[in-house]
Order: sequence, then structure tokens, then C-alpha cells
Amino acid sequence: MAEDQDKILEEVTGGEYKYGFYTDIEMEEFPKGLNEDIIRLISAKKNEPEFMLEFRLKAFRHWLTMKQPNWAHLNIPPIDFQDIIYYAVPKKKPELESMDDVDPELKATFDKLGIPLDEQKVLAGVAVDAVIDSVSVKTTFKETLAEKGIIFCSISEAVQEYPDLVKKYLGSVVPHQDNYFGALNAAVFSDGSFVYIPKGVRCPMELSTYFRINAMNTGQFERTLIVADDDSYVSYLEGCTAPMRDENQLHAAIVEIVAMERAEVKYSTVQNWYPGDKEGIGGIYNFVTKRGICKGDYSKISWTQVETGSAITWKYPSCVLQGDHSVGEFYSVAVTNNYQQADTGTKMIHLGKNTRSLIVSKGVSAGKSQNSYRGLVKVSKKAENARNFSQCDSLLLGDKCGAHTFPYLEIANNTAKVEHEATTSKIGEDQIFYCNQRGLSTEDAVGLIVNGYVKEVINQLPMEFAVEAQKLLQISLEGSVG
Amino acid sequence: MLVIKDLHAKIDDKEILRGINLEIKPGEVHAIMGPNGSGKSTLSSVLAGNEKFEVNEGSVSFNGKDLLDLAPEDRAREGLFLSFQYPVEIPGVSMVNFMRTAVNEHRKYREEEPYSASEFLKLMREKKKLVEIDSNLTNRSVNEGFSGGEKKKNEIFQMAMLEPKLAILDETDSGLDIDALRVVANGVNKLKSPERSTIVITHYQRLLDHIVPDYVHVLYKGRIVKSAGKELALELEEKGYDWIKKEFED
Repeated sequence: MAEDQDKILEEVTGGEYKYGFYTDIEMEEFPKGLNEDIIRLISAKKNEPEFMLEFRLKAFRHWLTMKQPNWAHLNIPPIDFQDIIYYAVPKKKPELESMDDVDPELKATFDKLGIPLDEQKVLAGVAVDAVIDSVSVKTTFKETLAEKGIIFCSISEAVQEYPDLVKKYLGSVVPHQDNYFGALNAAVFSDGSFVYIPKGVRCPMELSTYFRINAMNTGQFERTLIVADDDSYVSYLEGCTAPMRDENQLHAAIVEIVAMERAEVKYSTVQNWYPGDKEGIGGIYNFVTKRGICKGDYSKISWTQVETGSAITWKYPSCVLQGDHSVGEFYSVAVTNNYQQADTGTKMIHLGKNTRSLIVSKGVSAGKSQNSYRGLVKVSKKAENARNFSQCDSLLLGDKCGAHTFPYLEIANNTAKVEHEATTSKIGEDQIFYCNQRGLSTEDAVGLIVNGYVKEVINQLPMEFAVEAQKLLQISLEGSVG
Repeated sequence: MLVIKDLHAKIDDKEILRGINLEIKPGEVHAIMGPNGSGKSTLSSVLAGNEKFEVNEGSVSFNGKDLLDLAPEDRAREGLFLSFQYPVEIPGVSMVNFMRTAVNEHRKYREEEPYSASEFLKLMREKKKLVEIDSNLTNRSVNEGFSGGEKKKNEIFQMAMLEPKLAILDETDSGLDIDALRVVANGVNKLKSPERSTIVITHYQRLLDHIVPDYVHVLYKGRIVKSAGKELALELEEKGYDWIKKEFED
């Protein structure tokens, strides 16, 4: 009977990626490989000021001295960094006045993905900065935001228009020497988003960016920088899906967040890169550095992520709690299926007094996948009365997958209160049978049970994103039952 | 509506049901009693399609269809409802969401339009009233943190929502106090109709004071060894099962 259940689960979870399609847009491509000339070329193409070129070169030179790390619970095939194209731009670089000017092919792709670039969504209050490959194609609602003094644009544009802000904050949270993939990103990043919320401003809408990888052999190196000045608030959404592809693709993004006095930043991600096929062939390598610093007192940074895609995910959205009374939160759902591997978690670095952090991590493993939570809670000497609570749950579907928890605690102040709770469970066949008996198929039952299990995290997402994420979870675990 | 012929079933090579024969007509209430381990719960599991059990002989026809040929969810959609002896908890899944999914799956199967949110909530209010279930139970996750009594009431509420043709109540009275027993029994009685049949599996006569059966069967060692009217339950209450065992062994 256990075998029967495993068989059912195998069928249910043996779903194939449903967003595998490829849009035929003309690409202007660089030669493969990486050296100083390529970096100069990227910088020149983007018409960057001198300080940016210096930033890139410094990072590149440092990167050359580094080795690819291997401490994660991951099996990473060797990556040939000279076999990657580091820059790609859609050839018809559009300067768009309205939706009508958007390349119809591109529009169709967005429609297929259900990306809310259409009027309804705009009316619903979503400003969308859509990134296809490396260049921002369209930014909506920019004017409305501008009235409040909010800057929301591509990072390339920010380099041109607001070089002082970029110079001040870029690399201030994730310095170029931070880690191997971070250094690589700093050297070659192509585009991404820039957000600045001025003092006392509450951003009136959710800001969202959709990333997509869409060129053969093109590594994508996004760079996002969010600065929330004193007493401001912003909620930022990032979501992505990628088309079906045979070859592995490297994605090494960086997100930096700076929260000043009493500022609050909410960063939500739904990640659905191509995970590879059922046999584990292909798929995206997602090596991301995300970090926020609560610089000011009473500031707050909250990360929420729903990770369902990628062949390999390596990602630890972190909070540096520098300001007194600052708060860091991390809510995560990581789903792995077939041969996917994920090593994800967070770092909460308590530096200020009375700082608090909360970690809620829900892992779901199916197929032959490996799913690890890795989290660090560090309380420094001066962080009086630091508080942390961590909840790490793992749910297993079938008996060929793995779930692992690696909590690290470094406490240097004895007033700290740190709690860690962890559970591991399997979907019960009695739960599935109960649902069956009420008329639900096994597939729907698994979807329902998994969505119930991750509810605490999904509830953190903005409403429309939550619905999308629920669908995505169901799709990720869906298969050929019936 | 339900015809069971020579049904044999086993779990891990151990035969539990050894030739059950039973016919139930629309509107009838049948009680199945019997000592522990006689196969009562196995019978309900097998009818509902629990794959833990393997049917190795016999047939079951349900409204003219081969029941054993249907997947568990299709048996449910055909109108077979099992009130579980031990309802499971599904954390994080609200009763409202669970029931709405279930009701709409039934409607889809009958090629009817799914209920809108407001239609569904209206239906739920009516049914809650009918079975006297507390309003807040439906706002909680499925059975999560419910008391034994609440879980059983919740089963009856689900039965009211799904309006089955055949309801199997598997020891619905176990773990209930007198008041909860009355609520559950009233719920079942209110749902009685000339089309709806009920199988009541129980150890005790007391449930049958409230839900009055048309027939009482005694299950022993995987077979129905005695069938009679409701007076049989009273006799069993008085004399226990020993005389039946003896009769059977002889």
C-alpha cells in the first residue's frame, strides 16, 4: 500500500513544466566569453559613466581571484564561464509611447504568461517594469509615481539619470567581494530595476517586475536596488518564468535593499524558472544574492518567496538589522520536484539593540529532488535584547526525495532569545483518501493539502500574487493522474 | 440501489471480508453491528474505495454501476458518502474552501455549472442550520483542533452539503456524549428521504434509538450471520454477541 501511494504521488508529481515556449524576437548578441574587453564593451554599450566601469572592473578583477564555492547541499555540474554570452538586447530597441507600440510577439508572450501588462491590470494599480532579457521594455505608471517623487526605472536609466544615488548605494549592501556569483554579477550585470522612495512617502501601488530569460546561452545578471528613505513604505513584487530550453542557463542576480529610519520594505518573489525536464536535463541555475539592510532605527524589511522553478536554487535573502528596534522577516515556500535541487534560507544579522527577526520556511519535496533549508541567525555583541523565532517545516511527497535543515546560530550576547522549531512530515494517504471520498481527485487533493501547508507564507503575498502563487504550486506538482 | 454479492476483501494477505451479501433499496436504513474485528469498518472502507484493501472476489453494484470499477472520487460523485470513524485533519485548508471544491466537483460530474461564491455561501448557511453546526467550525481548517464531537458533527454537515444517495456512517456514535449524539442523529434524520439510503455501523443500540433502522445485520468473521428487524439490536444489547457466535460456530 505504501508502494501504491508512492506510485500515485509519482504520477501526481511527475508534471512537466507548462511554460516551456520560446519567443522569436531578434537578438543582438555579443560574442561568448568574459574578459576585460567584454566588460568595457558592456559599459560602453550602456553609455555608462566612468565610475560604473570602475565598479565593474574592480569586481571582475576580484572575481578572477575567487573560486566557485561548494559548501551548499547541491550537486552543481561544472560551469564554463567562457561559454556564456554576457549581454543580449532585443534588436528593435523600442521607445514606447503606449501599449500599441509594444512588439506584438512580445505582447503575446506576456499574455501567455498571464503577465498583467494590459490595461485592466494597470487600472488595478500595478506598475509594471517588464524585463525581457536585459533591457527594460516598458514602464507604466511612471508619471503617477513621479508626482510623489518616487523613482522606479531600470537600473541603466538610473545610472544615467540619478548617478549620485546609484554611486552612493550600489554595492553598499552586497559589496563586490561578497561572494563568487555576486562578484560576477557586479562585473557584468546588464539591467534590472531601481527604486527610490523619498522621505515620508508611502508608495501607492505594488511595484512589480517580471524577469524572463529568453536568449540561447545567455546568462542573465539582473541587478536591483531599492532605497527607502526615512518613514517611507514600498511593496515590491518580482516574478518570473522562463521558456523551455535544453541547455543550462546561469542566473546570478543581486537584489539590494536599504531601509532608513522607520522605513518598511516588503519584497515578494514568485520564482518559476525552467526547472529542467522530468529526467533532470536542462533547467536554470539560480544563484541569487538578496540582502537588505535595516539601516535606520525602527525600520523593517520583509522577504517573501515562493520558489518553484530552477534546476538548482541557491539563495538566501537576508537582513542586516543595524538600526535599533529594526525588524527582519523571511517567509519562504520552496517546492522541488523531479531532479530539482534547492538550498535556500536566510541570514538574520542582529547588530542593533532590540532587533527582532522571524523566519518561516516551508519546504515541499517531490520526485527525486533535494530540498535544503539553510539559515543563519547571528546576534552580535552589542545587539542587546535581540529576538528570533524560526519555524522550518518540510513536507515530503513520495520516498525518493530529500529534505534537509541546516540551522546556524551564532550568539555573542546573552540577552538574546532565539527559538528554532522544525518539523518534517509526509502527505498522508489518509488525507488523500479523505479528499477522494469527498469527490476530489488525487491531483486536486495534493494541491489542496500543499496549499494548506504553505498558507502562512502565501498569506504574506499581495492578494493577486497569492492567487497566482497558489496556481503555480498546483501546476508544479501536477502530473498525469486519471 | 446497492447490491453486494459474495464480497471478499483482504489486507496484507489477511482475508477480512469473506463473502458479504447485502441488498439495500432506496430510502432504507440498515444497521450493521457486530463484535470488534468482525469487518464492519473494512466493509465501509472497501465500499468507499480505500486502496489499502484488496477485493479478491465478488461484486458491488451501485445504482446499476459496477462500484468496484470506479475510482474513490467517482464513487463519491456517484453519491456514496462515508462518514469517517476518524476524520483526518488537513491543516491550513479552510472548511469553506474544502467544501466548495468538493461540491463543485460533484456538480461538474453531473455536468452542472459550479456554484458562485454567494450561491455556495447561501447553501452552506442553510445546511449549517439544518444540522445545527456552529458557525465558526466552517471558518476553521478541516477538522484541525476539532474535538471528537465536532469532528463527527462536521462529517454530518459535509453529508448535508453533498446530499449523497447512500450514506455510510462508520461508528459515528463513538466518542460522542449524549448531546452530541442527539445533534448528529437529528442531522441524519433530517436528511432522510425516500431516495436516500443509510448504512449505520455501530456497536451500540443507543444510536439506533435515534436513527431507527429498517434492518439490523450482524457481521461476524467477515460474513453477515444474522439479519432481522430493529428488534434484533435490542436483543443484542441484552444478550451480547455470544449466542450469535455460538449459533454460527455450530
